[in-house]
Formats: sequence, structure tokens, C-alpha cells
Amino acid sequence: MKRTRAYKGLNALVLLVLTSLVMPALAQTAEEKGLQIAQERKSRDEGWGDSQAEASMILRTADRQEIERKMRLLSLEMENDGDKGLTIFDQPADVKGTAFLNYSHAIEPDEQWMYLPALKRVKRIASRSKSGPFMGSEFAFEDLSSFEVEKYQYRYLRDEKLSGMDTFVVEQTPAYEHSGYTKLLVWIDKQHYRAHKIEFYDRKDSLLKTLTMHDYQQYLDKYWRPMKLSMVNHQTGKSTDLITHALSFRTGLTEDDFSQASLKRAR
Amino acid sequence: MRKTILAMGILASFASAAEIQTYLKTALEQRFYFQDAAYAQQENSDISLFVEPEIYYSFNEGADSVNFKPFFRYDSRDDERTHADIRELNWLHVGDEWELKAGISKVFWGQTESQHLVDVINQTDFVEAIDGEEKLGQPMVQLSLQKDWGTVSLFALPYFRERTFAGLDGRFRGPLRIDTDNPIYESQDEQQNLDWALRYMHYFGDVEIGLSYFDGTNREPGFVPDMDGTEPVLRPYYGQMQQTGLDMLAVVGATLYKLEAIHRETDREEFYALTAGFEYTSIGVLNSVYDIGWLMEYQYDERDEQATSLGQNDLMVGSRIVFNDIDGTEVLIAFIQDLDNSSSRSGYIEASSRINNNWKWRVDGWFFSSDQPTEPTYLLRRDDYVQLSLEYYF
Repeated sequence: MKRTRAYKGLNALVLLVLTSLVMPALAQTAEEKGLQIAQERKSRDEGWGDSQAEASMILRTADRQEIERKMRLLSLEMENDGDKGLTIFDQPADVKGTAFLNYSHAIEPDEQWMYLPALKRVKRIASRSKSGPFMGSEFAFEDLSSFEVEKYQYRYLRDEKLSGMDTFVVEQTPAYEHSGYTKLLVWIDKQHYRAHKIEFYDRKDSLLKTLTMHDYQQYLDKYWRPMKLSMVNHQTGKSTDLITHALSFRTGLTEDDFSQASLKRAR
Repeated sequence: MRKTILAMGILASFASAAEIQTYLKTALEQRFYFQDAAYAQQENSDISLFVEPEIYYSFNEGADSVNFKPFFRYDSRDDERTHADIRELNWLHVGDEWELKAGISKVFWGQTESQHLVDVINQTDFVEAIDGEEKLGQPMVQLSLQKDWGTVSLFALPYFRERTFAGLDGRFRGPLRIDTDNPIYESQDEQQNLDWALRYMHYFGDVEIGLSYFDGTNREPGFVPDMDGTEPVLRPYYGQMQQTGLDMLAVVGATLYKLEAIHRETDREEFYALTAGFEYTSIGVLNSVYDIGWLMEYQYDERDEQATSLGQNDLMVGSRIVFNDIDGTEVLIAFIQDLDNSSSRSGYIEASSRINNNWKWRVDGWFFSSDQPTEPTYLLRRDDYVQLSLEYYF
């Protein structure tokens, strides 16, 4: 009995010593470190309020045929939820005046409406699958929605140099059951916690697309936004660039600007 | 809200033209009819052209705007189809949680696809399309309140628009000419009868509900046989009606459930009618980028065979295929079966795709079948057609 207790005590001591020795490496699991990076990335991007942007999408087919789409995007930051967005299409001419309203959510399906100006009709879209393509581009709806920590489970993989930058490489597994992806590999720079490259893996776990972010600009002395997003689909050879021509923050938008009524009068 | 309006002003200034936006839609359409015409004056093909420009001007930092959208169609066969209309000419003022619109405008109410029972503000421009989707401009004053508990809109409609009908040279008609120059009104004020309507709409997450009430001239005419000289004709009869409508939509996973129900009372009858169904969309079918939507809607009208609408106990089944390509290619195929009368059915196909940023092609086809002279479809039994359109947008 006594011996057993002594043995237990010794055991505990050994464990303590061992633990303290190995502590620096075991302090965080890869999952905890991945989550911490994601939380830091999110916290550095909080408080931007609202924004308005003018953008183009350049769609390229495998044989380099090229076509441009023009749109304006209004965004509203929501606390503890995905952002709200209103997109007004200016080109191609047949969809000019068409507008798209999106309430994005982390693990619930988004809520989406389309306004068809010829019919004066607002149509609800069943948006369970966020994996559908946006306007015939290589971007899926889920690729364009706001980054929320709850959207993924995280695993830190390694440090890596990317174009001379020190980055973390983090594996993200979507929490949303109808996501089009099994995992994302994300390269995040250590200085500003901005994503520079994302690899998307499809349901068969093979590399589907790669997104790269270019020409980061800082707004309100805090918020970094890439002026160009390039998405390449490795399986089809098609690609899409999303280019921001003009962007302004804190323009005074409120939730009233993201209602069905405002969708109807969006121009 | 002041800030909001300012924001819209900033947004507008992003657009290439600061406060004026222009739009143009025009198309050349060629129709081919498959069967020999039912009546001697009709032809087996038809070429037609329409132009629909639009100009939008906003001022007062976006709080006020004016919109003008005229429409003109030329038809090579039917003088009644050659027609012009002002689709929109209105002024809109947006206030804090309210908006006021005055002038000629268009309003859409409802949720279903196969027919629009609840939607009664605008008259159908029936020579444009037999599916009733094209509407004439309606003079109105509309006041809307947008509150947390929903949107309430009040409409005053001071002038009535008569439905358009094909002439003797046109397709989609009965044996007798419809004498659109001599309509009969129940109201002594005729076209000047002041109609009014009220609508409430709200969104509760995955459920949307609309309630509406309309009191005024029925957009759907009855017909009174008469003589125009020696020619027997049908004169449109526009009675008064009170209609209460309900429309609902529920999102359950990838399925939208839709319902429209009305109760209509006129001096001649009182009845219920409904359309109910669903639309299920599967995205990325068989690992492709295609989306396929499945639609099914049931149409019921208490009046049975007296119903003036096509759907009194009918089932519509359809499929929408979205190619998700650069050209925005889409195909919709639908089939409508009369459940009371197995010989009465109709179907249509709509397909379209972009040629480039400004040009688009479209193919529309309809077929009708009925051997029962009492069925509305019977009148159209020889009007099966395919239409090829070349559209230009700017």
C-alpha cells in the first residue's frame, strides 16, 4: 500500500519533470496553434464597419478566351455572424441592373435573394450549397463570403517562405456540411496575418483550385485588402481574376441598405 | 438614413455615368407555327421586332429618382400586336423607413412560377406573351413603410388598362374577334374607376409571407357576344372585384416550397384558387458545374370548367438546367397536364445564352393539345410554335 503510494508519487514527479522539459514543444497542439492564428487573423480585421467597392471579374477559359464582368459590391460587417452583401451587376448588358443580396452565415446556409429588374421580382434562392459557381466564374459563393473563425477546424502545418515572406501554413477543414471542399491550405503572413494563397481540395481530396492574393492595400490605417484575387481551376484550366478598382470604408451603410426593399431599388 | 442616402450617392458616383443610367433591350423575333392555322386570316410564320429603352435619373443625393421606360413592338402579321406602351414613367422618393412612388409603374406580387394568381396590379399585355408574364404600365401612387415588423404598401390606382388581344390576323385567338374598342365596364367611372390595394410582406428567416387585398376593376375580362355591324364579336367585360391573396415561401435545405392562394368576389361569382408546389435545386450534378432544378406546381380553381385561367385542376412539372458557363446558358422545360381531361396538356421550352457582352440568342417553344372544345387549351390547339430571337442589350 505504502509502496504503491510512493510509486505513484514518483510517477507524478517523473511526469512533472518530463512535462516541464518537453513543455515548449507541447505547449500547443497543431490544432490549437491553427486556431490561434485564425483568431488573430480575424481580430486584426474587426471593426471595418461597411464598405463599397467597384470591381471587375475577368473570366478566362482553358483556351484563353477572355471576358469581363463589372459589378459594384456593398458590404456590411455583422457582429457574431457572417457579413451582409449587396452586389449590383453592370456588365454583361443583359444582367445590368440585376442585384444579389446575401446574408452569409458561418455554419448555417446563407440567405440569398436575386432581384430581376425586367420582372420587378425578388426571388429567394435555395442556397444550401454554397459550392455553386458565382456568375459563371471559378469563384464559388463560399470563396467570396467573409472569413469567420467558426467556419473551419484548424491545424497548423508548418512555416514556409512564400515570395520572400514568412508565412504560416494552416489546414482548414470546413465545418459547413454542404461545403464543396474537404480542406483548404492557407498561407498567412506572420507580420499582418493576411492570407496570400489558398489551395482548395475537392470532395475526392484532390487539388481543385488555387487562389492567390495580390497588391494588398491598407485602409483606415488598419485593414488590408487585396486589389486582385486570382483563382485558377487546375481540373478545367479555367481561371478568374477579381479586380477591385475603387474601395471605400465606413460609407454610412446600415442594415436598412441590405433589405429586400433596398434590393428592389438598387441601381 | 441621411447617411444611407449619402452612401447611395457615393455608390452612384462610382458608376461611369454619375446620376444618369441608360438601358436598352431590343430583339428581332421569328416565329414558326407547326400546324396549319385554325382560321383563314392566320399565317404560318411571323417576324417581329421590339425596342425597350430605359433612362434613370437620380438626384438629391439618391433620395429622389425618375425612371422612364417606353416600349414599342412591330409585328409583320398582326396590327393588334404592333403596339406601344409606357412601361414606366415614375418618380420615387426614399425617406427614412418609407418610400413614395408616383407615376406609371410595374409591381410584382407572389412566389410561384407556373401562374401568378396573387399578382393583380398590372394588366397583362397578352399580345406580347401567352404566359401572361408581360405587363402593361399601370398609373399608381404607392406608399410603402419599411418597419422591423414588415413592409406595408398602399396603392391608389386611378386609371385602368385594358388587356391587349390578338387581331384576326394573329395567332392565339378564338373564332370571334375581340372588340377591344368597345369594352363594357361594371363601374360607371369606367377606366377612371379608382382602384386601391394593400399589401403586407415580411421575412422570418426561412419563411416569407405576403398578404394582399385588392378592390377595383378586375384585370381579367369576361366576354359578351355582340354584333359590330354584321360581324359577330366578343366585347370584353370588366367587372369589379375584391380579392384577398396569400403568398408564402419556405426554404427547407435545397428546396423552396411555394404557395399562392386567392379568394375573389365579383358580381357574378365568388371562388377560391391556389397554386402550390416546390422547386428543388441540385448543384454540381454528377461532379459537373451544372445545376438542375426540379419544379412541380399544382393549380386549382374552384370554378372548374368555368375558370378563365388555364389551370383549374392542373399539374405543372418542369426542369431548369443552368450551365454555369461564361455565356450564362439556361434551359427551362415544362409540361402542364390537365388532371380532369387527359387530352388537354401544354408544354414549353425556353433556352437562352449570350453571344457576347451585348448580344444574346433565345429559343422559345410552346405546344398545346386538346380535343375538348370546352377547354381553353382547345383554342390554341393549332398554335404550336417555336420562336428564335436575337436580342441586343446595352
